[in-house]
Amino acid sequence: MSLENIYTELIAEESRNPENRRHIDGATKVELGHNPSCGDEITLELKVEDGVIKDASFTGVGCAISQASTSMMIDLIKGENVEKAHHLIDLFLAMVKGDIPEDDERLEELGDAAALSSMAHLPARVKCAALSWHTLDKALADDKSEK
Amino acid sequence: MADALKEAEDFRRNFPLLNIKMNDKPIVYLDNGATTQKPESVIRAMCGYYGGCNANPHRGAYELSIKATDIYENARERVREFIHAKKSSEIIFTRNASESLNLVAYSYGRVFLKEGDEIVITIAEHHSNLVPWQLAAKATGAKLKYIYLEEDGNLSEKDIDEKITEKTKIVAVTQVSNVLGLINPVKEIAKKAHSVGAVVVVDGSQSVPHIAVDVTDMDADFFAFSGHKMLSPMGIGVLYGKEKLLDKMPPFLAGGDMIEYVMEQDTTFAELPQKFEAGTQNVGGAAGLAAAIDYIDEVTFEKIGAIERELLDYALPQLRALPYIKLYGCDSKKDNKTGIITFNVKDVHPHDVSTILDSEGVAIRAGHHCAQPLMKYLGENATCRASFYFYNTKEDVDRWIAALKKVRKVMHLED
Repeated sequence: MSLENIYTELIAEESRNPENRRHIDGATKVELGHNPSCGDEITLELKVEDGVIKDASFTGVGCAISQASTSMMIDLIKGENVEKAHHLIDLFLAMVKGDIPEDDERLEELGDAAALSSMAHLPARVKCAALSWHTLDKALADDKSEK
Repeated sequence: MADALKEAEDFRRNFPLLNIKMNDKPIVYLDNGATTQKPESVIRAMCGYYGGCNANPHRGAYELSIKATDIYENARERVREFIHAKKSSEIIFTRNASESLNLVAYSYGRVFLKEGDEIVITIAEHHSNLVPWQLAAKATGAKLKYIYLEEDGNLSEKDIDEKITEKTKIVAVTQVSNVLGLINPVKEIAKKAHSVGAVVVVDGSQSVPHIAVDVTDMDADFFAFSGHKMLSPMGIGVLYGKEKLLDKMPPFLAGGDMIEYVMEQDTTFAELPQKFEAGTQNVGGAAGLAAAIDYIDEVTFEKIGAIERELLDYALPQLRALPYIKLYGCDSKKDNKTGIITFNVKDVHPHDVSTILDSEGVAIRAGHHCAQPLMKYLGENATCRASFYFYNTKEDVDRWIAALKKVRKVMHLED
């Protein structure tokens, strides 16, 4: 796996993109995600109304892969319903674990986040790419139980 | 010692792992602070033990078991000589420094600390000499206090002076920080601690492999280190403790080989050091540790220091010439730097730096280095660390720095 396929311009730029780094007024869920072995952490904020993710944002620190993955995930889930978000979580995690071939048509649903399919060849960094998606999964699971 | 680095080339031949490739490139191993590679003599000692001498020591009354016991007890004597302890019964084998420090925190700290007592540690401790004291403080109601750092990374002398008081019962300090690589004045700290009646616990994990250690001269009450950071196998570590303290401490782990008599409701314990060595011990690891000490004795600490110093002198000016590199602990006002260089590349997370260096065959450490409070104190979430040993060469430094110069480009940033 060459570095060019990992640190693509898209991933490098997205890791520094400030657009989704903010707080949400009236967030319905604030979830902390943490990789204790490396110290990376993100706080995901969601505003879920009537089963739809009306707004999403994050703050935190971490490597380019974890930060880009978080930002791309937010672009993808904003405006989607919770059910669709769960579907995307399953799809993304299957992709970075290498359970779905990189050229599989289903990955088109992941938009820019499909660029992280290269992580399947970089086992040491899968947890970086998956951090935000696991955090989202937890946030939505908690959200459901509150209803 | 201008030829010190030439000898590094010779030493390399004794280390099979240094001939492997990583990502199709000859490996540049600069993560010696995490663990060192092993010379053939250590690997042979391990194989020799399991291939020809393996039996349970201290138990069987047959020749092979006696041989295993001899190997184990000779290793203890080698360790005693190596760190200049008075008696081999003051040398306790453990799994690693973490276990050694936990032994002290549980069997001394939790037993003798009372509410209102104080434990003093430094902000530069590895989690293994920090978390056990935090837990001991919580369990006993003792207070945990920190010695902070001067601007140059050295321990604050003012803090040493002011924080160690009549209330202090334990002072726990690392001899060399695994992040900053600076040698701490443990002898002076021990003196101060003893003047108020406190015991001093020294974490020698990063010092024992690199500098000559004399526990009697520094007057440490307890001294802990791991074998694997000094050429030995993983899973063998050492706790040195003064006999008068070890004698009054209860056992840490209970079980086989640490008893004298066991009755239905009561047990009396074995003499030192067996009192603290429950269950079958890592004899193969002890054999490897003894071989590692033999190897280090041949190399000599004089040469180890000279090689690491030359590598520092070669690498640091090159790093300082790169405007996007930030260094930590590299500007000590004292002559007390060991071969650890902690750094960051501007705007690039250490894990991304590490992945990019990995693709060039260069192994460094990235992250919090099990020292989260220190990272926070330094104002960072994570850093990169290159750590040398005597088998590293100028070529290793060249390959590391060449790879480092690629990092910002790979991340689509300008130089």
